Amino acid sequence: MVALLLLHVAVAAAASLAHRRLGARVFLVCAVAPLAAAVWAAAQAPEVTSGGVVTQSFVWVEQLGLTFAFRLDAFALLMVALVSGIGVLVFVYAAWYFDHTDRPGVGRFAATLTGFAGAMLGLVLSDNVFGLFVFWELTSITSFLLIGFDDAEPRARKAATQALLTTGAGGLALLGGLVLLSLATGTTSLSGMLAQPLAGPMAEVGLGLVLLGACTKSAQVPFHPWLPGAMAAPTPVSAYLHSATMVKAGVYLLARFAPVVSPETPWWRAAAVTVGLASMLVGGYRALRQHDVKLVLAYGTVAQLGLLFAVYGLGTPEAITAGCALLLAHALFKAPLFMVVGIVDHQAHTRDLRRLSGLGARMPAVFVTAALASASMAGIPLLLGFVAKEKSLDAWLHSGLPWGAPALGAIVVGSVLTVAYTARFLWGTFATKAPGELAGEPVGPGAARPRAAFVAPAAVLALLCLVLGVAPWLADGLVVDGARALDPESSATSLQAWYGVNPALWLSALALVGGLVLFAARRPVERLQAGVPHVGSAQGGYDAAVAGSLRGAGLLTGAVQHGSLPLYLAVALVTVVALPGAALLADTALPGGIEAGSWLQVSLVVILAVGAVATALARRRFAAVLLVGVVGYAVAGLFVVQGAPDLALTQLLIETLSVVIFVLVLRHLPERFSDRPFRSSQVLRGLVAVGVGLFMTLFALVALGARSGPTVSEQIDRLALPEGGGKNIVNVILVDIRGVDTMGEITVLTVTALGVIGLVRAGRRRGQAPQVPGDPAEDAP
Amino acid sequence: MRPRSLILDVTVELVFHTTLLVSLWLLAVGHNLPGGGFVGGLVAGGGFVLRYVAGLDRRDPRPRISPEALMGIGLVVAGCTAMGAWAFGGQLLESGAVEATLPLLGKVKVLSPLFFDAGVYLVVVGLVLAEIRVLGDEASRGASRGVGREEEPA
Repeated sequence: MVALLLLHVAVAAAASLAHRRLGARVFLVCAVAPLAAAVWAAAQAPEVTSGGVVTQSFVWVEQLGLTFAFRLDAFALLMVALVSGIGVLVFVYAAWYFDHTDRPGVGRFAATLTGFAGAMLGLVLSDNVFGLFVFWELTSITSFLLIGFDDAEPRARKAATQALLTTGAGGLALLGGLVLLSLATGTTSLSGMLAQPLAGPMAEVGLGLVLLGACTKSAQVPFHPWLPGAMAAPTPVSAYLHSATMVKAGVYLLARFAPVVSPETPWWRAAAVTVGLASMLVGGYRALRQHDVKLVLAYGTVAQLGLLFAVYGLGTPEAITAGCALLLAHALFKAPLFMVVGIVDHQAHTRDLRRLSGLGARMPAVFVTAALASASMAGIPLLLGFVAKEKSLDAWLHSGLPWGAPALGAIVVGSVLTVAYTARFLWGTFATKAPGELAGEPVGPGAARPRAAFVAPAAVLALLCLVLGVAPWLADGLVVDGARALDPESSATSLQAWYGVNPALWLSALALVGGLVLFAARRPVERLQAGVPHVGSAQGGYDAAVAGSLRGAGLLTGAVQHGSLPLYLAVALVTVVALPGAALLADTALPGGIEAGSWLQVSLVVILAVGAVATALARRRFAAVLLVGVVGYAVAGLFVVQGAPDLALTQLLIETLSVVIFVLVLRHLPERFSDRPFRSSQVLRGLVAVGVGLFMTLFALVALGARSGPTVSEQIDRLALPEGGGKNIVNVILVDIRGVDTMGEITVLTVTALGVIGLVRAGRRRGQAPQVPGDPAEDAP
Repeated sequence: MRPRSLILDVTVELVFHTTLLVSLWLLAVGHNLPGGGFVGGLVAGGGFVLRYVAGLDRRDPRPRISPEALMGIGLVVAGCTAMGAWAFGGQLLESGAVEATLPLLGKVKVLSPLFFDAGVYLVVVGLVLAEIRVLGDEASRGASRGVGREEEPA
């Protein structure tokens, strides 16, 4: 499994390079990675579907319990089939979608898409919850990059940012939830966690946060607006990430937790179901008034994900099986529908259903593909969507919950909306419309026919909808065994195409008729929707949250970063004096018997003190710098007297270089310090200075007497020559005993230097020309 | 241009190379005597500062490698030495020694920390050069040509 992930990374790296030579065919090369994953998964299928698991793990950070543990069970197999199986088709499709485009970003796009496929594969295979989180975030980031593919387009950038912020915030909630859960259960393994009762306040808060994360990722109300926005991405992304795979990540988590949690934790079940039903209704309602056929599908996806939430959230064995069937069915019909939209967009250059007309006759193969997939979406018999919807309704009919009936009612209403927007999509894309229903010049009859290979991936998936609808037991290995991997109590009976005339069938029929009526009355419905005042939109909430946090950040920065250098210094120094200083006074043990070692020391200290006082009194900057140098050289002298030649050498050199650099900077500053008329502020500064001086003196004295354990320097002394191979103990410490410290220090040094270089240059570029020496210049703020 | 001091010019030209040599010597003996990469780098930096102060830089800009690159190379050298121990089955930064008999110098024992120290040396030299360039050279050139001088691409 690790090898498969590395293969994705390698292919992604190769894709960005190979694009220049291969053009859009680079996608066919990229398809190798998901193909390998699909073939591998198929090879494991016999073992996994009979209840076995394939595991592999390697340790990442041992001390933190971070392990990349991978585990393939039958449910993961279902997800891999979606991620890698549909992935292959999407890559093939993308090769034709990007044909004849010379856009420079295509190589990067192919690489990112491959990277996403790898991240998603890692997500569904991860058994360690933190490994899962890492892959979860990787899918958010790749999604961000893919939505923002048209980076010159402000709309795409905004949509990408919104997707990243929403799913990123959810990711943080998820991380918090996973941390709490792993603390509550004492394990970081997902399967180990689910084998324990997840009860108690800590676990319940954790579960709530996990559910929150799942809601953002799967575009549930009220976090859904990012998904329609994400339609700014090229269609292969919509077909792959935003219908078949990434948005299922939240559903995937819910499916893992629901069988264990839902029956035990009523509030959690109610929350998951409520959010799901709300999403289903909001998504279906909003889909009915979209004119962009891609947005019709996008809101449809919100609705379908809502249904998945409601069904998995129920968490009974029947519901889990229904959820797995629905998961497969949704991926199999939504991906080809998006591909069809992409084909239409590619050939007719519009997705506005008020302009598309007569495409059904022009592109019959595309139409048949779309019709099959749509029929599956609407839940028409003999298609996989029907089987899945029957199962779902059945699960809710037998839920035995007191609020089961209203929930079922909501699902039926949602299904009515589903049929209506499905009909709207099919009609809007392919029908030959009356002049009254068109806005602007109709596009369609003149559109170029797509090539067969362009349509083929969508056709394959649509055909699967039909085949699995007629013979659903073929998918038992994925659906039934997948459900049993989630919940051992779920029934092992295979799926059937027809469950006879039962209540679920009547509800299906009701949905179908209601939906068609709603579609037939589309014009009054549109008028009605336009008339309803738009209150409390989720998009408005997002915008307000973003604007609010920016304003808050502005206020906070304004309050904290006032820009006065003396004030910054004063804050830092007063903090040092006040906090550790207070602690020092509370527990002071001065060592007795401090005496000077030699007269040389005393005279150096006198020089040092004179230099320091003179620095404070100096009125010219240059004089002040030189006097600081005196202090530094005196300290170096003290080092020499104390027998530390290395320190002394370093101190001398640093002092010298500092003076030179000071001089370089001083050229741009006025010669003298400005005269401050405020005596009170000077008194205040003096107080701070004296306070810091007293504190440091006291600190040094106390530190001398504060040793409680044996000193480490004797050990170093013993080790230096035999282990470090050097007689200069200072150097052995720097490069050997504490070499990692040095490594860190030179890294920090380099980064800081680069930062300083950048800042100085940036300041100059902004037009603040360096002043010639002697020029009147204002004091540095 | 301000008048130049011939004595300063000549002295700096004479001292500069000696300074570099001393810095390398400090680097080489640092493991057993006072010195090391940090001190050596500072001494070499001091040499370059002398050249800058004397104004020799403008006639003959030296070195021709950018200070940023020098710091990067230093980091890479130090990092590779640190990780090199893994290649020999040791722990991070574990030291090893190579002994060889070279002509003129006789028997020489080279410890791996020397290379680590050389990385430190390069970082420090690069740092000093970067500061001279950004605060000194570029600024004074910018001043002489006025506002809006384009820096070389960062």
